[in-house]
Amino acid sequence: MALISLSGIDKYYGTYHALRDISLEIEGGEFFSLLGPSGCGKTTLLRTIAGFETPDKGVLTIDGRDMARVSANRRPTNMVFQSYAIFPHLTVAQNVGFGLRRSDLTKAEKAREVGAALEMVGLGGYGARAAHALSGGQRQRVALARALILKPKVLLLDEPLSALDKKMREQMQSELRQLQRQVGITFVLVTHDQEEALIMSDRIAVMFEGEIAQLATPQDLYLRPNSRRVGEFIGMMNLIPGRMDRDGSQMIGDIPGLGRLPIVPDLLTDGQGPGDCTFGIRPESMSLVFNGELPTGKFVDGTVVERAYYGDMTYYEVLLDGGTAPVTCSMKNLVSRPVLDAGARTRLAWEPGALIVFDAA
Amino acid sequence: MRGGGLRIYAVIYLVFLYLPILLLPVFAFNSSTIIAFPLASFTTEWFAELPRVPALRDALWVSLKIAVLTALVSTLLGVCAARAAARYRFAFKGTIMGLIMLPLVLPEIIVAVSLLVVFLQIGLPLGSLTVVLGHVLICTPFCVAILNGAFQSLDISLEEAAIDLGETGWSTFRLIILPLVMPGIISSLLIAFTISMDEFIIAFFLSGSEATLPVYLWGQLRFPQRLPVVMALGTLLVLASVVLLTIAEVARRRGVARRGQQDNGGFL
Repeated sequence: MALISLSGIDKYYGTYHALRDISLEIEGGEFFSLLGPSGCGKTTLLRTIAGFETPDKGVLTIDGRDMARVSANRRPTNMVFQSYAIFPHLTVAQNVGFGLRRSDLTKAEKAREVGAALEMVGLGGYGARAAHALSGGQRQRVALARALILKPKVLLLDEPLSALDKKMREQMQSELRQLQRQVGITFVLVTHDQEEALIMSDRIAVMFEGEIAQLATPQDLYLRPNSRRVGEFIGMMNLIPGRMDRDGSQMIGDIPGLGRLPIVPDLLTDGQGPGDCTFGIRPESMSLVFNGELPTGKFVDGTVVERAYYGDMTYYEVLLDGGTAPVTCSMKNLVSRPVLDAGARTRLAWEPGALIVFDAA
Repeated sequence: MRGGGLRIYAVIYLVFLYLPILLLPVFAFNSSTIIAFPLASFTTEWFAELPRVPALRDALWVSLKIAVLTALVSTLLGVCAARAAARYRFAFKGTIMGLIMLPLVLPEIIVAVSLLVVFLQIGLPLGSLTVVLGHVLICTPFCVAILNGAFQSLDISLEEAAIDLGETGWSTFRLIILPLVMPGIISSLLIAFTISMDEFIIAFFLSGSEATLPVYLWGQLRFPQRLPVVMALGTLLVLASVVLLTIAEVARRRGVARRGQQDNGGFL
C-alpha cells in the first residue's frame, strides 16, 4: 500500500479553485516531485499533506491513517520551508534539536542526535554558531537537519533550492538525492524548475491550474509528454503545426519542412485522427550534418537563421526549405565541428521515431 | 553653499523647539527665586528641597504606580492587537485598527472630559484607577504602533516550522514569537511608562484627590516662590524621560541586530 494516498482532494480559497480533484499515491522511500509554474497549486498540495491547509473535499491518508483529524504538529511529516524558517534567536544546535524538546531522550542523547544530524548534512562542529550568521547554503542544511532529526515518514520540501545561486543549487541537488537514498525517507519536493525535478525525482507530477496534467518517471515525462503544454514545460520542444491524412490502414503526417511520412500509433499522445495537429520534436533529436559525419535518419536542407553558443553546446535556429518557421536544434561542440554563422546553408538529420503528435493549437 | 536657507531654517527650528527645555536646568540651578536673567549664583538648594516635600513624594508614588500599571495593560493590549493585525484576517479589520489608533490624534481634553462624564455617570470614584483607564486609552496606540513593526517583521513560516516540529500554538508563541518580539515589548513598556508619567490633562481631570506628579507641578505654579523647585523637578523629569526613551530605542536596535534583520525604523 502506498505511503501517502490522496483521493479527490479539492481546495478553494473563496471562489478560487486551488486544487481540483487531486488523486495520487506516493510510495514509501520514493523521491516524488510536484512540478509546475507558480500558482499551479503545488505548494498548496504540499501544505495540505503537512497539515497547514485543510482540503474542502477528499481524503488524505499517510501510512494508512486518515489525516483529517490529525493536526500539523502530530503528523508524521516534517517540512523544509522555502525561507528555511531558521529560528534566528537560537543557535544552530538549538535549531536542529528543536523537535526533540518533547522527546524522552536524556540531554546527552539529544546532543548526540543533534551532532549526528549536523554531521549528516556536512555541518559537523557548527552547533554553537548563531543561526543568523550562516550563509544561504548552510541555512538550508540546518533546515534539513532540523526536519530530519525526528525521523519523519515523509520529508516535505517547499522549493528548498530556489534561494541558492546556480553552483550551490547544483551541488545541493546531488547532495539531497544522496541524502534521500541514505536515509530512505520519502521526499516530496515542490519545484518550478523542471531540470531540478528531472535530476532528483523518481516520479514527477506536473501540475497546471490545480490539476495534475501528467504523472510519470522523468524519462517518460521527457520522452512521452501527454500534452503540448507538458512537452513545452519540460525541456525544449519544437512545435510544428501540420496535418495527418489517412492512407488505407496507416496515417501519413505532413510536416512543413520535414516532409511526409507514416505516423505509427505510438507517436500519438491522444489517439489523434486525421486533420490538423501539432508535431513536436526535441532539439537534440535533430542534428546538423557536418563534413565527414555519417548520421542516420532522414535528411532535410535549410539555412541557419541564428545561433547561440553555450560553450559545450551550440543551439541553431534553422529555417528548413519548405518550412514556415525556424526549428531549434542543439549540437554538441566538438573540436572537429565548426560553429556555423547565420546565413550558412546546412543539412539536418532527424529521427522520425522522436516525433510526438499533439492536438492542433 | 547649497541648501543654506534650509539649513538655517532647520537650526532655528531646533532652537525654538528645545531652548525652553534647556532653560529648565538653567533656572533650576539659579539661586534667585525670580525666573529672569541675569542669573544670580549657582545652587543645588532646590534639588535638595525636593525630597523634603511630603506632597511631592506622594505624587511621585501615585505617578509611578499609575505609569507601571498603564505600561503593563497597554502593552498587553498592544501585543494582542498587533498580533491580530499581523496574522489574522477578519471583518472590518481596517476600521477596528483605525479606531484603536484614533486616540493618537483625538484632542486630549475632549478625551478627558468625555471620560470624566462617563466615570461620573457609572459612579466610578475618581482616583488612580480612573487615571490608569484614561492613560491606557491614549498609550495603547503608541504600543500598537511599536509592536506592529515587531510582529509584522516575523516570518509566518517560523511559527509553522515550530508547529511542524511538534509544538502547539501556545508553546510556539512562548518559544518562538515572544523571544523575537521581546525588544518591541520592552520598547513599548518604556514608552507607555514615559507617556503616562508625563501626561497632565487626563490626570488633571480624572485623578480626584490623588494628584499625579504633573498635576502636583501644576498646583505648585500658583506659588511664585516655589517656581525654582518646580524647575528642579522638571529637570529631573526631562532627564528621566530621555534616559527611558534611549533605553527603549537601544533595546529595539539590539534586538534587530541580534536577529540579523533589516532595521526598518522603529518608533523613534
